Amino acid sequence: MIDILIRVIIFLVAAPILGGLLDGLDRIISARMQGRIGPPLLQPFYDVSKLFQKQTIAVSKSQSLLIQMFFFTQIFTGCLFMAGFDIMLCFFILSTGATFLVFAGAVTHSPYSSMGASRELLQMLSYEPAILMTCLGFYLAAGTFKVEELVLSDYSLIVYLPGFFVAYVFSLTIKMRKSPFDLSTSHHPHQELVKGITTEIGSRNLAFYFITEWYENIFLLGVVALFIINKNPWSILAAVIVVLLICFLETLIDNTSARMKWDKMLTLTWIVTLVSAGTNLLVLMLIK
Amino acid sequence: MDLIVSFLICFPFLVSLLMYCIRVNKVRNAIAYVSAVIIMIAVGVLVYNWASGGCVAIQLFTETESVDKVILVAEWFIMILVTVKSFMHKRAWVSLLSIVPTIMLTMLEMNGPSLVEQPHVYIDHMAVLMCIIIGLIGGLIVIYAVGYMHGYHHHHIEFEDRRYYFFMLLFIFLGAMFGFVLSDSTLWIDLFWEITSICSFLLIGYTKTDEAIENSFRALWMNLLGGCALAIGIIYQAYFLEGNMSLQALIDSGVSGAKYATIPVALIAFAALTKAAQMPFAKWLMGAMVAPTPSSALLHSATMVKAGIYVLFRLAPAMSGTMTGLMISFIGGFTFFAASVMAIAQSDGKKVLAFSTISNLGLMVACAGVGTPETLWAGIFLMIFHAISKSLLFQNMGAVENSMHSRDVEDMDGLVYRLPRLGVFMFIGIAGMFLAPFGMLISKWSALRAAVDEGNFMLVVFICFGSATTLFYWTKWMNNLISSTTSEPIKDITKKNEIISLTIHAALMIALCLIFPVLSQNYVIPLLTEIYGSATSVLPMGVLYILVIVIVAIFVVPFIVFKYANKIRTNEKLSYMNGINTGTNDAFVDAFGEEKPMTISNWYFKDFFGQRKLMVPCEVVTTVFLIIMLVRVIGGVLA
Repeated sequence: MIDILIRVIIFLVAAPILGGLLDGLDRIISARMQGRIGPPLLQPFYDVSKLFQKQTIAVSKSQSLLIQMFFFTQIFTGCLFMAGFDIMLCFFILSTGATFLVFAGAVTHSPYSSMGASRELLQMLSYEPAILMTCLGFYLAAGTFKVEELVLSDYSLIVYLPGFFVAYVFSLTIKMRKSPFDLSTSHHPHQELVKGITTEIGSRNLAFYFITEWYENIFLLGVVALFIINKNPWSILAAVIVVLLICFLETLIDNTSARMKWDKMLTLTWIVTLVSAGTNLLVLMLIK
Repeated sequence: MDLIVSFLICFPFLVSLLMYCIRVNKVRNAIAYVSAVIIMIAVGVLVYNWASGGCVAIQLFTETESVDKVILVAEWFIMILVTVKSFMHKRAWVSLLSIVPTIMLTMLEMNGPSLVEQPHVYIDHMAVLMCIIIGLIGGLIVIYAVGYMHGYHHHHIEFEDRRYYFFMLLFIFLGAMFGFVLSDSTLWIDLFWEITSICSFLLIGYTKTDEAIENSFRALWMNLLGGCALAIGIIYQAYFLEGNMSLQALIDSGVSGAKYATIPVALIAFAALTKAAQMPFAKWLMGAMVAPTPSSALLHSATMVKAGIYVLFRLAPAMSGTMTGLMISFIGGFTFFAASVMAIAQSDGKKVLAFSTISNLGLMVACAGVGTPETLWAGIFLMIFHAISKSLLFQNMGAVENSMHSRDVEDMDGLVYRLPRLGVFMFIGIAGMFLAPFGMLISKWSALRAAVDEGNFMLVVFICFGSATTLFYWTKWMNNLISSTTSEPIKDITKKNEIISLTIHAALMIALCLIFPVLSQNYVIPLLTEIYGSATSVLPMGVLYILVIVIVAIFVVPFIVFKYANKIRTNEKLSYMNGINTGTNDAFVDAFGEEKPMTISNWYFKDFFGQRKLMVPCEVVTTVFLIIMLVRVIGGVLA
């Protein structure tokens, strides 16, 4: 019980710091890829602390509530994950939380923000199957949904789940709202969507949004690590390396691709899910 | 016990006679209220008697010589009614679907093997659960209907006011449903089955427009086709089980692996597919939307379609691991996915609800097809949640339509501000359909898990993709409900009785979400034990309980934060429109310097997910699949 509590507290404290650092690193690497020097590593933290000092402005007051709901559910998801609960449950709550973000965009009735909300929903439609199937893959490979038991398996689960890994990393790009799948937020500036779903999220709310994103990213990368970690403690090091590699890959893809249209995104993601995760699932079902 | 069972079945029929005879609206309405309450009380008495007897399965009515004669007469009456109606509307071929099975069954009773004397009524956990759903939801729908139909005929003066007829049908329906779920004799089941088919046919055709008649006949032939399969199944059973007409006996021999049980089980399961509006037969439920809302609610949520599900749940142990089970679970899974995809392209609220009903029923059918205790656990919870939330949503849709004169989702922009009560009810209903912590999600989860355990690959894929599409069309709708608006509030003309029914539904919905671990432990697990001999919950109860509490807390905490944050001064600003705002949030300055209203609409992707594009291919695929599987199942036994 105590160790669960310690893990959760470590997550609560460390996740935003790690998430922020990864964000800063991402910005530096992106800048170098574009031939710029880029901001300091701690820039994301400066941004957020400045946002907290601004006066609160909003188009619709209820937006704050929805952002808070988004904030709490995403953090809760991470806590459940660290506490070793059911991985499927984590993703269900993550999705429920994500719908609050969609609501927060739609509640304003502002053109850009509503459009961003619709597109966010479309992104969810694209990646949900891959994520659900990934959970099932874990279950088939290890016989349990529980994270605390998954990390103690004899071999790294990626041995059984290469197809799921591909599908998951693919949908990670959508989930992190990176180009070519940044339909809902268009994080590169000067585009037709302004800032999409975050257009009307300002000041404190935007700060909360950033912090939530850090928590969320750490959780999502934690699932990547889950593919690697086994009962051998050294596997944690391997997991960290893989996670960093994936982060670099995401940054690389982000900087080298243009945004896709929604129908391409949807069909492509579903095809990748069906082909890689689906085949893997079928094979696992046959051999198990 | 005898008395209360006969009362439950006969009383609605008696009331329906009264409904037809009394032409004074006020008197009839009063009687309808009282009868609905009496039915609910009667269900309560039934539950009490059964529970005080220790919740064991009860068998009743062994000696039924005279009742059987009445039933035969009723079957002939239905046949004549169908024949007359189908000749009247120049669709004579439909009558064949009623004449053939009726004559076959009559021959069976005249010349067939002498029937074994056995109890005709079987009351167990499952039957009682169905009675509660039918009595409670059905009763509330009747209460709602009184107010709704008043408003309906106020707005639609083009239709003849035949409320006496409408209420007659509602009560016949309830009576037939009680009979259906309490009967164990397949002959009795067949009669009640036919009655519900006919009632839905008459209810759909209530307005007498061309479209209504067209749709009502579609519903009729599809359901009668199922009735034919049921009749053939019954005749098979009569010969192979040597006159034992008990459904339980059939299931037992199916479970023990008796070869001859396969055919009746497959045929009855096929019949249930038509009733539950699964894929090749899904269209009748779509057509049922032309009827006044209470009848759609009754057909969709509490009764008609649940009859099909109920039969499949009963047959589940006999289907588990067989070819029939594979057929049923595939059709169910496919329907779950395909219907939820088609729901995306719909903007008519009632049609979205219809597709979502078909889709959810698909999931329940798939659960029954897999047929393990785990999937049945999931299926039963899906059924309970679906009955309440769908009934709530349909009634609410009717009330919104009466107030707003539109049921288009696009017109519901900011409904929670414009029609607060109804908007909030709608929000609760939709949340109950797919969001955590409502049980629907948990059921989906355990269905998925059980499908993996059974190695049913296709079903796993269908559920994964279907969950995503389900999330999409519901959230899109909710977006509309909450988006802020500057339009005027609409006058809420919802009648008091409608609100009573809606409030009870919403309260039930929330209560269920809080107590479902208790319900699972104390009712559903015993139910499964009764069927399978032993059963444990898929998800450990302690964990479930903690989860419910924690998740609820997760929603409460932000609320408190929000209340606190409300005290912090918030400056309201206009939404961002590239600097061409006009001073309000719903207009902008166009290129000519003139003010133009801004509208936001949802995505429907009609060319991508449209019903027109997808329905026919889906029907072809499922029809071919069904035929091949039925041939394999039946051929496998006969060869």
